[in-house]
This record gives sequence, structure tokens and C-alpha cells, in this order.
Amino acid sequence: MSDLALHIPTDVIDGPTSLAFAAIAVLAVGACVVMARRNLDERLVPLAGLATAFVFAAQMLNFPVAAGVSGHLLGGALAAALLGPWLGALCVTVVIVIQALLFADGAVTALGLNVANMAIIAAFTAYGVLALALKVLPRTRWGLGVAVFAAAIVSVVAASAGFVLQFWLGGEAVGQSFGAMAAAILGTHVLIGIGEAAITAGAVTAVAVARPDLVHALRGAPLAQARARVLKETA
Amino acid sequence: MNLADGLHRPGDSPVHRLRPQAKIVALFAFTCAIAATPREAVWAFGVYALILAGLFALARVPATWVLSRSLVESPFLLLALAFPFMVDGPAVRIGILQVSEPGLWAGWNLFAKATLGVWAALLLSATTPVAGVLAGLSRLRCPEILLQITAFAIRYAHLTVAEVTQMRLARLARCDDPRFLWQAGALARSLGVVFIRSFERGERVWQAMAARGYTGRLPLEVGPAPASPLQWSAALAAPALAAGIAAWTAVPA
Repeated sequence: MSDLALHIPTDVIDGPTSLAFAAIAVLAVGACVVMARRNLDERLVPLAGLATAFVFAAQMLNFPVAAGVSGHLLGGALAAALLGPWLGALCVTVVIVIQALLFADGAVTALGLNVANMAIIAAFTAYGVLALALKVLPRTRWGLGVAVFAAAIVSVVAASAGFVLQFWLGGEAVGQSFGAMAAAILGTHVLIGIGEAAITAGAVTAVAVARPDLVHALRGAPLAQARARVLKETA
Repeated sequence: MNLADGLHRPGDSPVHRLRPQAKIVALFAFTCAIAATPREAVWAFGVYALILAGLFALARVPATWVLSRSLVESPFLLLALAFPFMVDGPAVRIGILQVSEPGLWAGWNLFAKATLGVWAALLLSATTPVAGVLAGLSRLRCPEILLQITAFAIRYAHLTVAEVTQMRLARLARCDDPRFLWQAGALARSLGVVFIRSFERGERVWQAMAARGYTGRLPLEVGPAPASPLQWSAALAAPALAAGIAAWTAVPA
């Protein structure tokens, strides 16, 4: 919701670490393009473009949380659950680049760091958790909702852990011990993750009920309840 | 804010006329110079601010616009304000407050560098149209597929954002009172609906493109123009000056 520690500004992380993460981000985004094109071939550009526009809208959606504090989605888990990890990470990457170059949000020297945290780490951990949870949980509305909820919390905390890692590698300690700072950042992001997870789970189950074929995590299979109802109606 | 135009302010100043690829490289170089400057060289940050202010004046971008757009970094400014109180170390007195000296420097560092970084980025986005930024990135060998996705995303983002806003208005008109956590359900469901609509629109757009003979490449009739050496040197003058200052301040005296 609040992206307090995530759009990293100029020189919070030192040069070598930023460069290393930029290299990682370039390689990962390259892999995302290859894998997304394998699934979508020439449909990639319009579908990924519209999906990115959707992630953009989801992030633009500011809603008041408490007095004076408003938040918005990070969208990594939402994109990964609906579009798959490759296309999802690609869409969030494009959103981050647009925000840095066209809206001056997040430093250009920190693009690699921001892409690594919010796009790559968030999308892939979310998808990993989701795939595991869907193996265990029943394929019902509630099962999917719980799985997406868990995936979204883990993805937000993992993205902030990515920042903590970068800070450990190339940040400059300000007074307090690193452990205390890491605990504060991770703790805040558990709370942020709960909000993100509630919205993400609601959105994904809403799509799954109406158009299960559009939820990548379900792999084309409808939800159990919905299928049972359809079978009853056709019988 | 019009999404399709980014933060672009049309104009015909020397800054507007520079080729976008030169401006993008200049932005990277300038930001790196800011990042490399040691925090104790307070005057250097003043010079950077003066350079940027001069360029904003040259581009006829009003200072109020720049300041209001800088609010994007306000969470970090709050953090910078908190540093002097959070950090241990030798304390100094300012008025009635007792604050830590390394904390003051850390806060100043974050404040100065984040603000200047945002200003440099604002200069690019204010003087370059969206299509120009994309053309510049293409000249800089950014993969074509990413640029095409970005172009589509920007073209349709205002539609998806408008759909979200419209649904919110429709809910309000039906006596919805969005507050705190209770709004989450409706918000999530409308996001789901917007996703289905966007994906279906993507499929329709693809079908329309396929009907017009699209095979995976956009027929780009005009390649982005190259920048002349004069253009490059004009664009890189400010970052070169900044890099010189950064190098000078970084060398221990």
C-alpha cells in the first residue's frame, strides 16, 4: 500500500550494489521477455501493453487508510497471479520505468534496485507461494482466496527483504543496528502486506468467478464450486 | 494529470529542442554525479541546484510546478527529518533541541540527493514528450519489444484509470461510503472487473491489428533522428560540470 521504502531515491544504496542489481534486473527482464513471448507470440505487445495499463491503474488507485494516510497497491502479486510470473514481472517493470522516466518517481540510478525488488522478487515469490498453496488447498473460491492472500503477503515482505539485502550490501548504517532497522522494515511491510493481500485476494477471486480462464495461476481450470454449479445446471 | 502526456510541458526552448537520447544520457550522468558527491561538500549541492534552476528557467518551467511535483519524494523527506532524532553519536544543540550530528548529516544527505535527483528527472519529463522519450530509448538500443509494450501501456493507461475512477463514482452515487477497511471488498471486485475489461480490450486490439496485417513488428515509418555532436555536447555540458565538481569534492584534500 504505502511504497515508503520501495521507490528508492538517489544514493540510498551505493554505486557498485546499484550496478550489480541493474545487471541482475536486465538479465531477469530479458528472460521475462523470452518466456512471455513463448506463451503469447505476436499477441505479446497488445496484451502485455493492456495488462501493464491495468497494473498502472491498480497502482494509481489511492484509497484512504487512516486520517491523512493513503495507500496504493504494489501490484506484484496481483500481476503474477493473473498473468503468470514472467508476464507479470514484465508489466510491473514497465510501470516502474514509466514512473521513473515520465513521472520522476524513483531515481534513475536506482531503477535496477527498484525493478529487482518490486517486479522480479515480488512476482516470482508470489507465484511460487501461490503454486505451492494451490497444490494443498481446495480449488474453491476460498481456497484460491487464501492462497492469493498468503502469496501477496509473502511477496510484499520478500520485496522489502530485497531492499534490506541491498541496504546490507551497499547502504550506509545510520546509528541504529542493522538488525533493528531490518526488523522495523520487515515488520512494517507485514502490515502493508496484509492490506495488499486483502485487495489482491478479492480481485483475483472476482476474476476467477467470472473468467477463470484469465487467471494464470488456475491454469485454465475453473473453480470447483463454479464447475459443480455448471454441471448441475446442464444435468 | 493527463497520463498519455506524462508530465510533458510543451514548449520551444533550447532544452526542449535537444534530442531525447542526449537528454536521457545527461540525466543518468547528472544523477550519478549527484550520488558521488560527498555530503560534507554542501556548496557542491548548491551549485547543482543552481544549474538545474538555470535549466528550468531556460526551459520556462515555473518553480511552483517543480516544487509541487517534488512532493513525490515527501515520504523520504519525512525520513530525512527523523534521522537526527533516531541516530546515536555525538550530539549538537540547535535551539532547544538536542540532535545527533551524524544523524543531521545523514538526513541532509538523503534530503539533498533525493531532491536533486527528482529535479533532474523532472527536467527530462517536463521538456520531452512521451514519444520523444521512447524514441530516445530506442536510439540508445533499448529492446524494441519493451518500448512497444511501454507505448501501448501509456496509450491505454488513461482508459483503465478512467474506468477505475468511473466505478468509484458509480459506487459513491449509490450511497457507498468508502472508509478504512470496509471499502476493500468493493475496491477489489472493481479491480477484478477492470482486469477482465483490460484483457478483453487487449484481445480486441490484437485482433484489429492482426486484421491489418500485424505479424509481431510495428511498421515504424520514421526512425528516431540521430543527435549531432553539437547536440550531445550541449546536453552533456551540465552533467560534465557536475561530474567535475563531484570529482573535485570527492578527492580528499
